[in-house]
Amino acid sequence: MRIDGKGRVDRDRPVKFTFDGKAFSGFAGDTLASALLGADVRLMGRSFKYHRPRGVLTAGSEEPNALVTVRSGAEADPNTRATVQELYEGLEAVSQNRWPSLDFDVLGVNDLAAPFFGAGFYYKTFMWPKSFWEKLYEPMIRRAAGLGALSGMANADRYEKAYAFCDVLVIGGGPAGLMAALTAARTGADVILASEDCCFGGRLQAEDEDVDGEAGCSWATALAGELATMENVRLMPRTTVTGAYDGGTYGALERVTQHLADPGDAPLECFWRIAAKRVVLCTGALERHVAFRDNDRPGVMMAGALRAYLNRWGVAPGRRVVIFGNNDDAHRSARDMQHAGLEVVALVDSRHDAENLAGDVPFFPGWQVARAHGAKGVEAVDLVGPQGAIKRLQAEALGVSGGWNPAVHLTCHLNGRPVWDERIAGFVPREGAVPGMSVAGAARGTFSTTACLREGAEAGLAAAQALGFSGDLPVIPEAGDEAYRIRRLWAVPGKGRAWLDFQNDVTVKDVKQAATENYRSVEHMKRYTTQGMATDQGKSSNVQALAILADATGRDIPETGTTTFRPPYVPVSIAAMGAGAQGKGFAPQRFTTSHEASVARGAPMVEAGLWYRPSYFPKPGETTWQESCAREVKMVRETVGICDVSTLGKIDLQGRDVGAFLDFVYANTFSTLKPGRVRYGLMLREDGHVMDDGTTARLSENQWVMTTTTAAAGQVMKHLDWVRQAYCRQIDARFISVTEHWAQFAVAGPKSREVLNGLLDSPIDDDSFPFMQCGPVSIGGVAARLFRISFSGEHAYEIAVPARYGASLFEVLLGRAEALGGGPYGMEALNVLRIEKGHITHAEIHGRTTAFDIGFARMISAKKDCIGKALAARPGLVEEDREQLVGLRPVTTGRALTAGAHLFDEGAEPVRTNDLGYVTSVGFSPSLGTYLGLGFLRNGRARHGEEIRMVDHVRGTAETCIVTDPVALDTDGGRLRG
Amino acid sequence: MEGDCVVDLTALTPCSGLLPLRKGDVTLSELDPGRITSLMPFPGQGAALSRALEVAYGLGFPAPGQVTRAEGVACVWTGRDQAFLMGPEPDPTLADHAAMTDQSDAWAVVLLAGEGAEDVLARLVPIDLRPAAFPESSAARTLCQHMTVSISRRAEGLQIMCFRSMARTLAHEIADVMASVAGRRAAG
Repeated sequence: MRIDGKGRVDRDRPVKFTFDGKAFSGFAGDTLASALLGADVRLMGRSFKYHRPRGVLTAGSEEPNALVTVRSGAEADPNTRATVQELYEGLEAVSQNRWPSLDFDVLGVNDLAAPFFGAGFYYKTFMWPKSFWEKLYEPMIRRAAGLGALSGMANADRYEKAYAFCDVLVIGGGPAGLMAALTAARTGADVILASEDCCFGGRLQAEDEDVDGEAGCSWATALAGELATMENVRLMPRTTVTGAYDGGTYGALERVTQHLADPGDAPLECFWRIAAKRVVLCTGALERHVAFRDNDRPGVMMAGALRAYLNRWGVAPGRRVVIFGNNDDAHRSARDMQHAGLEVVALVDSRHDAENLAGDVPFFPGWQVARAHGAKGVEAVDLVGPQGAIKRLQAEALGVSGGWNPAVHLTCHLNGRPVWDERIAGFVPREGAVPGMSVAGAARGTFSTTACLREGAEAGLAAAQALGFSGDLPVIPEAGDEAYRIRRLWAVPGKGRAWLDFQNDVTVKDVKQAATENYRSVEHMKRYTTQGMATDQGKSSNVQALAILADATGRDIPETGTTTFRPPYVPVSIAAMGAGAQGKGFAPQRFTTSHEASVARGAPMVEAGLWYRPSYFPKPGETTWQESCAREVKMVRETVGICDVSTLGKIDLQGRDVGAFLDFVYANTFSTLKPGRVRYGLMLREDGHVMDDGTTARLSENQWVMTTTTAAAGQVMKHLDWVRQAYCRQIDARFISVTEHWAQFAVAGPKSREVLNGLLDSPIDDDSFPFMQCGPVSIGGVAARLFRISFSGEHAYEIAVPARYGASLFEVLLGRAEALGGGPYGMEALNVLRIEKGHITHAEIHGRTTAFDIGFARMISAKKDCIGKALAARPGLVEEDREQLVGLRPVTTGRALTAGAHLFDEGAEPVRTNDLGYVTSVGFSPSLGTYLGLGFLRNGRARHGEEIRMVDHVRGTAETCIVTDPVALDTDGGRLRG
Repeated sequence: MEGDCVVDLTALTPCSGLLPLRKGDVTLSELDPGRITSLMPFPGQGAALSRALEVAYGLGFPAPGQVTRAEGVACVWTGRDQAFLMGPEPDPTLADHAAMTDQSDAWAVVLLAGEGAEDVLARLVPIDLRPAAFPESSAARTLCQHMTVSISRRAEGLQIMCFRSMARTLAHEIADVMASVAGRRAAG
């Protein structure tokens, strides 16, 4: 209900919204929770396990009960706390965990069966048979118990992540935080002030209290306004700092447009990483409940929340109110309710010696509330007197205060444990728990407004001074300075279920049961009962639960300790943390200069690392990739093919000692290479296995260019850097990647030279450009590099031009090639061409093979040292029965081989213990009219000509193959020299 | 030779067809960096290289995290013992002191300008780019979302360099957060 004359919502601006499909109206400034209370809705959700009816308990992000799903379809956002969700026109919210409706929930029968469902019930009951857990029990339980669900659809909402830096980060926008920010900012320090609320003032927004002679909320708003005008201050409203991490880094979630009907292009949420040199933590305190029978009925609320709803939003869950507490602060709620014209039926204080601070209200010192009556809302409460007398009072609202817990969470994220402070019967932060962080105000157990203002100012100044800024303390405004007295009270004894953790339906009895079953550690009790889990992480129940555990185990609270506080402080959507990484943001895309031309020719593009390369270039009439691939292979073998090979790594090396350096990083010798010549090289890892292969050209006496495979370009660059820094610090060799500077194209086939000689400014011949020659050429006046190298096994070249000319050269090459009956070829044909020639790729040098395995043992020069040489000679790495590279072809022509299949002796059972090797690469060779494979076979080099059984357990196929030399075509290399 | 050329190759810039972009006050445009030459001093030649640069262009070899500038020339630190000379053809005297490699076509070079340029990059780049922390003499190798980039501050805005092959992704990433930042301003 709305209370006339109370609250600071804008009553001239009604806002329409729906809850469970029903239309309601609130006001600008409302949260969903306050608007629902204003519309007399007390029942807002069903509990997790027993489906008990629940109403809103708090007025902040710690809310365990009032969780709703906001918006619908792909945009549905489950587990939104109604206490945080600001109202906007057209807001659509539905309740969760109920069927068919919130008012009538079939699974409410769980509540009747509660005696069976206590702590440990699932663990004990669903043990047998074992296989049923995953298939039957767990899905069943998950369906019955749960929070909101995601839609399962892709969500188009925009999320954002961002980085911020400051001198002083102030966490919390209440009186302490505002003063800390102001004081630090006036010294000239860069300040960020983060407030979880949509406005600044913190608790002042909820109180009827003056600061500096004006309403506290107005004072706060004015001060925030002043801060907003300062250049060195960044105000971050709606921002919850969620975690403290190493190096002064803090995570924070900003709810950027969750409060707007139409966010436009602005993100819904932003996940910030804030690097701060100093932090002042002013996160305030959270009120805790007292356990008694049916203390979870809608209309039972934290006493501080009850008065926040009254003072800030002008709403209350009912006209007749009971306030129950163990501390002075509860009296304020009674006083405010009474002033607002509500009927305070009783102020119940468990302390027999308490004084009434609320004025003219019925006062019950030494009494307790023992029970709440009513199902979907409180109707009456039972008081129990010091001598056991019971008094039943009619009431629709019950405000409870078990005391206030400083919000110490962030101080514990780097493993600090809080310290028990009996003065407030709560935990306070340990000094220095997070380097660079100080704590001020209620977060360190200082509850009077005046003291909070002063502590904030002092902490803000100290933080700035620690960074070398100087300034003075401002005048501390005049404000309330009431004492806060409390006496421990965790649970009111009696029959029935007294609730601790509302989100997980954990009762006092459950905690005691855990202790009885010897789950005495607070961490074990948490796991056994699930107390403190889920979206609220037990913010309103942890201290009571551990206090009851302490009592049940005969220890005191400090000895029992707390569970571990971990980030995030509030739930953070994965979409915010991973913002920008969906779709094309998942990874960078690298495109060659021939990309558009390839796509225009209909080539499907395949990923090669981050690169995109053409798979094949379909011609009209070709219906399968195999057809196109076979045509392209034939084309290269018979005329000429063009292929973009720019993705291969290219490293420019310069200096007098490059030859010696290459001798050290390659297995074979390079220092003897003459300028103008190219050599194939094999590079080993330190452990003696093959890392990569490629060609290196000596352009001049002191300049070389190395090529790597596409896949290992980054790895080789890193490797070279490591070798130079670790072993070759003094040598005269410098290197840098030039992969991106050059667009490079393979021109392969018998007509390759004819293509080039139609383009080069000066023609070449066998004398000027024999096999493995390199040199500068000119094409259209553009300085280019030509290499006579061949991966296809044909007479072939690679021509490189500065990348700006790449697209143009590709078109020119294709034009010439096509005029000669050739054309472009893609990765599929490239693969078949190299398989025919027995050339290896990373399918063969996959990290577990040695030079010995691939038949290149003799490439490890005996005349010099190199990386990997010593370990490549280890016993076991050069044994004859190692799996060695072989060629394979099916005995029955036309049958297919499959990569990944394993090899077995003919007649041997195809099981692991008989495994002799595996197939790494296969392709149909149009040149030879048969499938060809490469693979590794135990003692394979001695088995050429033998038959072997290929079995593919994954695809369920098998084939008898002949073992051959890896080189199937042009074994003497005549074609590439010719 | 020129007259005898049988083909005529046309040049494309790394960001052709992608830029410029504008959202609100912020613009993203491609820069013509001129010639880019990587300079890596030979062992013990650092000081001599710096002197040669002074003589040739009036600027020194940049310290880590720095860029040195003179009229029409900039020398941007890009890594350990490495900087990019941007603008002119390299003076032949530098060759005595440093390995030089042509990098002109390897990099997409863009300028992000306008009020809010830092806000845009704050959504992609994990380092402190506030003017006080990253003044005009600054250069950094860092990340832009998932890409490695070089960022340096010029009078007109922030210069970002990424691999040529990733130009499309760079434009996509920056355009995306430009829209987000502009959307925030519109939302108030």
